[in-house]
Amino acid sequence: MPSYATAGLARSADALAQSSPAPDNSWVSWRYLENNSDRILTALVEHISLTTQAVLLATAIALPLAVLAYWFRPLTGPILASAGVLYTVPALAVFAFVTPYLGLRPITVVIPLAIYALLMLIRNTLTGLVQVPEEVRDAARGMGYGRLAQLLRIELPLAIPGILTGLRLATVSTVAMTTIGVLPGHGGLGRLIIEGFRNNFFKAEILTGTVLCVALALALDLLLLGLGRLATPWTRSSARPVGSRSPETAEMVP
Amino acid sequence: MSDPLRQAVIWLNDPLNWTNPGGILDRLGEHLLLSAGAVALGCLVAWPVGIWLGHRGRGGHAIVIFSNLTLAIPVLATLTILPLTFVGFGRPAVIVALAIFAVPPLLATAYTGVRQVDPEVRDAAAGMGLSGGQLLRRVELPLAVPYLASGFRTAAVQVVATVTLAVFVNGGGLGQIIGAGFGLGLVTGGGQILAGGFLVAALAMLVEGGLALAERVLTPKPLRRRVRRRVTAASI
Repeated sequence: MPSYATAGLARSADALAQSSPAPDNSWVSWRYLENNSDRILTALVEHISLTTQAVLLATAIALPLAVLAYWFRPLTGPILASAGVLYTVPALAVFAFVTPYLGLRPITVVIPLAIYALLMLIRNTLTGLVQVPEEVRDAARGMGYGRLAQLLRIELPLAIPGILTGLRLATVSTVAMTTIGVLPGHGGLGRLIIEGFRNNFFKAEILTGTVLCVALALALDLLLLGLGRLATPWTRSSARPVGSRSPETAEMVP
Repeated sequence: MSDPLRQAVIWLNDPLNWTNPGGILDRLGEHLLLSAGAVALGCLVAWPVGIWLGHRGRGGHAIVIFSNLTLAIPVLATLTILPLTFVGFGRPAVIVALAIFAVPPLLATAYTGVRQVDPEVRDAAAGMGLSGGQLLRRVELPLAVPYLASGFRTAAVQVVATVTLAVFVNGGGLGQIIGAGFGLGLVTGGGQILAGGFLVAALAMLVEGGLALAERVLTPKPLRRRVRRRVTAASI
């Protein structure tokens, strides 16, 4: 796997040999797609794997933190604020922080991506939890549910729409962000984009990377939407799921 | 691998790394110039559109769809594709590529800012004989200012962070320092990579803090508490 340095600055020989620009250099080239299908597939698979790992890692950290913030209200401010600070740090800077210690490995890309997704996941999960009606909570307590049982069997299921909004936002933005991973040498489709640019501005390769990236984001978004529908059968009759407010609010307020 | 943190401190303490051509000060200047250009261009496009849509009270869904769509577009794609179109190579292409990502927060806050004006206030203004344009200029816009300001802050911080990616197309900015470090390899360049990361992160924090402070100082006192409460309520 060539690093950014070899792929970009010194131009690895195999990159030149395998995808030399077509003479006409148009934005769409079937010949390029045909001749490089396995390279493209490898990039796509790497992209999916990096994105999935990052989102799963972020979810594993974000869910407990959101529950903590929900249970202990005084912690809400600090938890959201620290996730906000992490979100403010530019992604490239996070790459710069971890790469000298972790080396040019996939995990070097996964950790910054996960950090970046934290805020969206925590905030939307919390929104989902807070929206659980007080009467429902009261009823649960009246039926003798303990704190944990109430969380697992009542509050979290009812918060699924909120969790899902966060998950969709985080997934879509992580798919786009994964491209930056070319810097430590694991950028999935980003590698096609950058190699195309450095390889005499080979337009077909750049566009292939871009289109696949956007398509992947939309596909994963729809997949999550479908899974969410399946997981919340009670919302299906109404036109809009309870917690799926416009992602605008989640995204715009830092 | 030798200790990258020590290397980074040494690198940052070398005055030549600051003043050389292509040193930290040069890169900082480029970074701020590119950021200012992208934010200005974003405001120029997003504010009139957002304010107009808010005034007419439609297009809210289109704004949400647009901002979700831009979320799916990699910055690397606009950075690499734009120079190959009629825009041509150079700073304008980088600025346009980054401005695209500044538009959604600016657009959404401009729209909400005008939309959130109390309908009774709007009714009263219309009852006093204000025309549509006067209503917009004298009532809706002044009341939307806190929203415009918070959108500006979000967009500016985001752009300052994203400008670092210009390094991928050799477009300048502080990201170049990190890129050059990667070019040297991890063993010799590790310190420089880390130092570049510190600089970029510090700049983002400074811009965020500075704009937050400016926003607070410039907001008239009676409006201050209202907006803050609204922001915390929205962020939960």
